[in-house]
Amino acid sequence: MSTTIQSTPLEALHVRLGARMVPFAGWNMPVQYTSIMDEHGAVRSSAGIFDISHMGQFIVRGPGALAWLNRMLANNVAKLAPGQGQYSFLLNESGGVIDDLIVYRTGEESFFLVVNASMIDEDFFWMAKHQPDDVEFSNESALWAGMAVQGPKSAVAFAKVCPGEELPPRNGISRFPVEGGEAVVCRTGYTGEDGFEFFCPAGEGETWFQKFIDAGVKACGLGARDSLRLEMCYPLNGSDLSPERTPIEAGLGFFVDLDKGDFIGRETLAKQKAEGPARRLVALEYTDKGAPPRSHYPVLDASGQVVSELSSGVLSPSLGKGIGMAYLPAELAKPGTDLFVDVRGRQFPAKVVKKPFYKPATQKA
Amino acid sequence: MNVPQNLRYNTSHEWVLLDGDVATIGISDHAQEELTDVVFVELPPIGKTVDAGDPTAVVESVKAASDIYAPIAGEVVEVNNEVEADPSLVNTDPYGKGWIFKLKVKNAAQIDTLLDAAGYEALIG
Repeated sequence: MSTTIQSTPLEALHVRLGARMVPFAGWNMPVQYTSIMDEHGAVRSSAGIFDISHMGQFIVRGPGALAWLNRMLANNVAKLAPGQGQYSFLLNESGGVIDDLIVYRTGEESFFLVVNASMIDEDFFWMAKHQPDDVEFSNESALWAGMAVQGPKSAVAFAKVCPGEELPPRNGISRFPVEGGEAVVCRTGYTGEDGFEFFCPAGEGETWFQKFIDAGVKACGLGARDSLRLEMCYPLNGSDLSPERTPIEAGLGFFVDLDKGDFIGRETLAKQKAEGPARRLVALEYTDKGAPPRSHYPVLDASGQVVSELSSGVLSPSLGKGIGMAYLPAELAKPGTDLFVDVRGRQFPAKVVKKPFYKPATQKA
Repeated sequence: MNVPQNLRYNTSHEWVLLDGDVATIGISDHAQEELTDVVFVELPPIGKTVDAGDPTAVVESVKAASDIYAPIAGEVVEVNNEVEADPSLVNTDPYGKGWIFKLKVKNAAQIDTLLDAAGYEALIG
């Protein structure tokens, strides 16, 4: 992992737009431009754009590509037709999460992977270590600028900025030629709203980001990105996911296919699924007003015993109350279970609720 | 940036209005703008005794919790329950309805250790 702070191709534009920049996952990133509340609200009611150039892009090609990815990843890549994508996990031998990612099938024997910024080197090293001879595997992260356009009006913005082009269906991927190369458009996101991720040649990033802003999309920073994803209970690797936790414990078994044949980490996951995991990542929310919950704050059971800590927490801008996630013993994981969150020695009552916290109006079935 | 002339300022961005031996304390316009979107204010208990520099209240935005330090030694004699109910007052009226707590000061002369408006403007400039 590099120790110097890296810049995305959009850094200068963020500064010109008045963003407050902070280091995140080794990158100098905008945390907010105007206010997290405004930016969060824009994505829920209209459209917002996030720089995701820090995220990594891997290309996998060759006759052995599908078989290899199915051995490396927890979800079943064979279920994808060309043009489709799925959420998946890269696991270690004991089933713990190295990274969560999206894999797109771009052709019969070609795939496009989008991985977390902080994990690019580690993911690439881990995968390259297991790479067979009949697969080409390359890291194109430095070649691409990326931006996520999210919100009910994102499709309208796309139509304005890319006239004549069509958005792919939900979870799909499409591409078309642009200045300097090719644009890749993925109908996914990290906010729960309709939207897409747009990748283009790094040198063209500023131009496209500005085009979306000119089309009425609001520039949004990592602050809103975090509150939006947490309202949806989308996990953040390094906070809600870790090498010590499996997707089964994280409640993400839907994205694991135990029947597809062997894959790295399968044994632990199959055992946990059969026996039920001892701990589960649950959603909890305050039952009343209180100090904003944040990651690492202690979580107590009804008797006041510390049973865990928050893996994520925020005062939900959409709901106006504290929300968070925590790994809890199975017996405390049922919705309705009473808990407390300790904030600087004060205990705020909370209860386990069903995921997600928020249901976007625009979410497609 | 609004920096009223009649107030004194702490380098940690609190303002102080001294009236007799009672000091009203809040955070500066600059501080509220840096924090943005104050969503929670934790007030100190009445009767709490604090020294200059003690963390005394907490102001939280969506992203972070920030301690508010007592700029001057004293005893908490009043707190602004309105900012507890509506934390956005700290953003919209930092020198008025957004005040946070009042101290009965131990030594009014301590106010001279704080910055005046010109000094604070130079600090945030």
